[in-house]
Amino acid sequence: MSLNHLQKLEAESIHIFREVVATSQNPVMLYSIGKDSEVMLHLALKAFAPGSLPFPLLHVDTTWKFKEMISFRDKIAKEHNLNLLVHINQDGVEKGISPFTHGSATHTDIMKTVALKQALNENRFDVAFGGARRDEEKSRAKERIFSFRSETHRWNPKNQRPELWNIYNTKINKDESVRVFPLSNWTELDIWQYIHIEKIPIVPLYLAAKRPVVKRDGQLIMVDDDRIPIHENEQIKQKMVRFRTLGCYPLTGAVESKAATIEEIIQEMLLTRTSERHGRIIDQDMGASMEQKKQEGYF
Amino acid sequence: MSHQSELIEGDISSYLKSQAEKEFLRFITCGSVDDGKSTLIGRLLYDSKMIFEDQLSALEKDSKKFGTQGHNIDFALLVDGLAAEREQGITIDVAYRFFSTNKRKFIVADTPGHEQYTRNMATGASTAELAILMIDARKGILTQTKRHSFIVSLLGIKHVVLAINKMDLIGFDQNVFQEIDKNYRTFAKDLGFHNIESIPVSALEGDNIIEKSNKTDWYDGPMLMEHLETVQIEEQNESAPFRLPIQWVNRPNLDFRGFSGSVSAGSIEVGDDIIALPNAKTSKIKEILGASGKKNHAAFGEAITICLEDEIDISRGDVIAKLNERPETTDQFQAHIIWMHEEHLLPGRPYLIKTNNQTTEGVVTELKHKINVNSLEHESGKTLELNEVGLVNISLNRSIAYDSYTENKTMGSFIIIDKFTNSTVACGMIKFELRRASNVHWQAVDVDKKSRSKQKHQKAKVLWFTGLSGSGKSTIANLVEKKLHAMGKHTYLLDGDNVRHGLNKDLGFIDVDRVENIRRIGEVSKLMVDAGLIVLAAFISPYRAERQMVREMMDKDEFIEIFVDTPLEICEERDEKGLYKKARSGNLKNFTGVDSAYEIPNDAEIVVNTVKYKPEDIANYILKWMAQ
Repeated sequence: MSLNHLQKLEAESIHIFREVVATSQNPVMLYSIGKDSEVMLHLALKAFAPGSLPFPLLHVDTTWKFKEMISFRDKIAKEHNLNLLVHINQDGVEKGISPFTHGSATHTDIMKTVALKQALNENRFDVAFGGARRDEEKSRAKERIFSFRSETHRWNPKNQRPELWNIYNTKINKDESVRVFPLSNWTELDIWQYIHIEKIPIVPLYLAAKRPVVKRDGQLIMVDDDRIPIHENEQIKQKMVRFRTLGCYPLTGAVESKAATIEEIIQEMLLTRTSERHGRIIDQDMGASMEQKKQEGYF
Repeated sequence: MSHQSELIEGDISSYLKSQAEKEFLRFITCGSVDDGKSTLIGRLLYDSKMIFEDQLSALEKDSKKFGTQGHNIDFALLVDGLAAEREQGITIDVAYRFFSTNKRKFIVADTPGHEQYTRNMATGASTAELAILMIDARKGILTQTKRHSFIVSLLGIKHVVLAINKMDLIGFDQNVFQEIDKNYRTFAKDLGFHNIESIPVSALEGDNIIEKSNKTDWYDGPMLMEHLETVQIEEQNESAPFRLPIQWVNRPNLDFRGFSGSVSAGSIEVGDDIIALPNAKTSKIKEILGASGKKNHAAFGEAITICLEDEIDISRGDVIAKLNERPETTDQFQAHIIWMHEEHLLPGRPYLIKTNNQTTEGVVTELKHKINVNSLEHESGKTLELNEVGLVNISLNRSIAYDSYTENKTMGSFIIIDKFTNSTVACGMIKFELRRASNVHWQAVDVDKKSRSKQKHQKAKVLWFTGLSGSGKSTIANLVEKKLHAMGKHTYLLDGDNVRHGLNKDLGFIDVDRVENIRRIGEVSKLMVDAGLIVLAAFISPYRAERQMVREMMDKDEFIEIFVDTPLEICEERDEKGLYKKARSGNLKNFTGVDSAYEIPNDAEIVVNTVKYKPEDIANYILKWMAQ
């Protein structure tokens, strides 16, 4: 009896987690509160059972996350007795960086990319787990599971270490680090099927509900608090919406939907066929923008 | 996926149930830029409905901007990921693509075909169970087809699909197809493939990819997708002897001690008698923890944690097997390796060898032969360059449990890591262990290093002088020896003059010889230190790795590295032997500082400046340092 595809993916991810813990000094898991993070956490808990998680979780809080994400995060941390570190770029807060006044690119750079580097440097983490998948975006299809970063956290796509079998080269020099992606070989459908089968809790924002939204540049933006400036020609409407991906609320477009259960989400996903990152505004700047951001240190 | 729409719409629960039990197939596609490989993969993704609406609109946009198909959709653009590739119009690295049908989930390793990227193909092939070889029907079997086939076979792939593409350009000619098929089977008969399936296709037009082409009535074999969905991949690992390489010891509290790892072959049950290698400790399985909790049985592919009846000492890198099916252990074996780095192999240099979960130090002791990947002929050679394949003997500094690569891919594979740059420089497949004709055991003698040193009233050590030619190494070493001698110490000075003419007269100045030169000097120094002497060694010794190698031959505190730090301009100005002049004029090759690198020591015990200080002062300084 051989393993089915989800069991194989599960075993591969567990193997990756154990390899990192056995070979690194100070690993951390980047926790974004998204569905992929929840799957990653679920797999990590399996890898080290019956013990507890042998590394902390790091959430880079841009201060613009949906309120429901933050409360969900704190609930999960309490439930599993996790060592949760939250980092905010205070410098950016003092300068009043906001996606509305500074634009999505500047906001993402300062509150996410720079903030992440700050947190990694301050804590001297040598390995950071991330929930990225190869099917998400073209430049990720080429990234290794163990993705080596220079002292300045840069990714060099032309100088990646060959990665053979499941033998991972975990060696690094001082101040260098590795980003490790245990979900590399999962697809969006795999993630949803696994959440369904394993009954993994996720932020309710993924499920359709009546939420206040405004239509802006072709995207439905949720009015999560009163920091969002409402233009004269805009109207806040209550609509049945859900989110296919979660980030900063001003940068994450909602989709109109009636899917209120995991099964219905999968059903809707299979029938509508719009790819996942479409709701994220940062990807659409230019052709290879994600690759550029990755080279600069964005996850 | 659209043909499933009704079920998805009508009864999503049953649909999900039917999808949860899919099989998994990983394959690799090999071919060159012009064979239509990217087009084929793009077509598989497109036809299996894995392209989303927004990607499709982006694709249409890109096709107009970068495409090579006029106003038609250029499927290749769908899979060519990186910006640099888009500009050059080629794939430069391994990319992984995903698609699934109702029967299977697929991962495709998309690898480039041009010569300089053999390493990427090996990488993609290492995790694949099947290979699609792209053939341009107009060109037939090319050198690169042979090269790809060889690498695929070396990495242990047993199932090959010959996708004979661009059939539309030869009018779907049956004779051409059959000729290529026949030639390929003749060529591949010794490559160990279990199954070769030739399929006539047009990736561009979609013939015989998913749907049967109406232009190939003469063909009655499977469509490409049909074959991928149904080909039986024998999981030899399921019936093979049980192997659990230990990855991590799980010890959350005093009551639990588990050994975690992924089962690389066979199966195990609670109560089975086991042995842990290489130390050969035995016990019984008490408990098995799988991904979803306790279980009685575990098999190939599962990531598990086991607990044993007895408290035996097992650590990462050990292998647990059933008592009556134990693997061999060895510290010397023969293996095929593929060199994957710009810096070539140096036989004799210590590298890190990472097998499954175990990192040891090892050296390539002998390059038996190189294999020309184009002709498959054996050639002799002293080293392996990037993308070259060789059969080598490897010696490790400790024993490992292993199986040959053909028996168990996990137990027989390894990567080679450069100790200084941490680059992955090669991958290897173990063939068999080397049994030494007679094991040479180190003679335990009563008179030892300590007693010999004591008799001479000194501490045996090596003063290793390194620096550029003309930096003043020998001058300073001579002075230090004179002073030590005057103090009644027993010394010996090794330098180019007394080593190059005798012991190492067979060695030249190319990299491989430089390494061997230093290795021999290191071994001689080691014997002299064992004899209780103070050895002064004055050699350019340009590479960090070799100096480190000698350092590791000695005991702690015995090796003192002295960097004679004289700038190149000064050495060249002095040029006492006229060597720089010769090197600059091109009459002396591989001269350190001119056309060969010198790697400055990072952790020398002593650094001396010959510009500021006189040799006499420096010698005194070294003696003072030694007295401390």
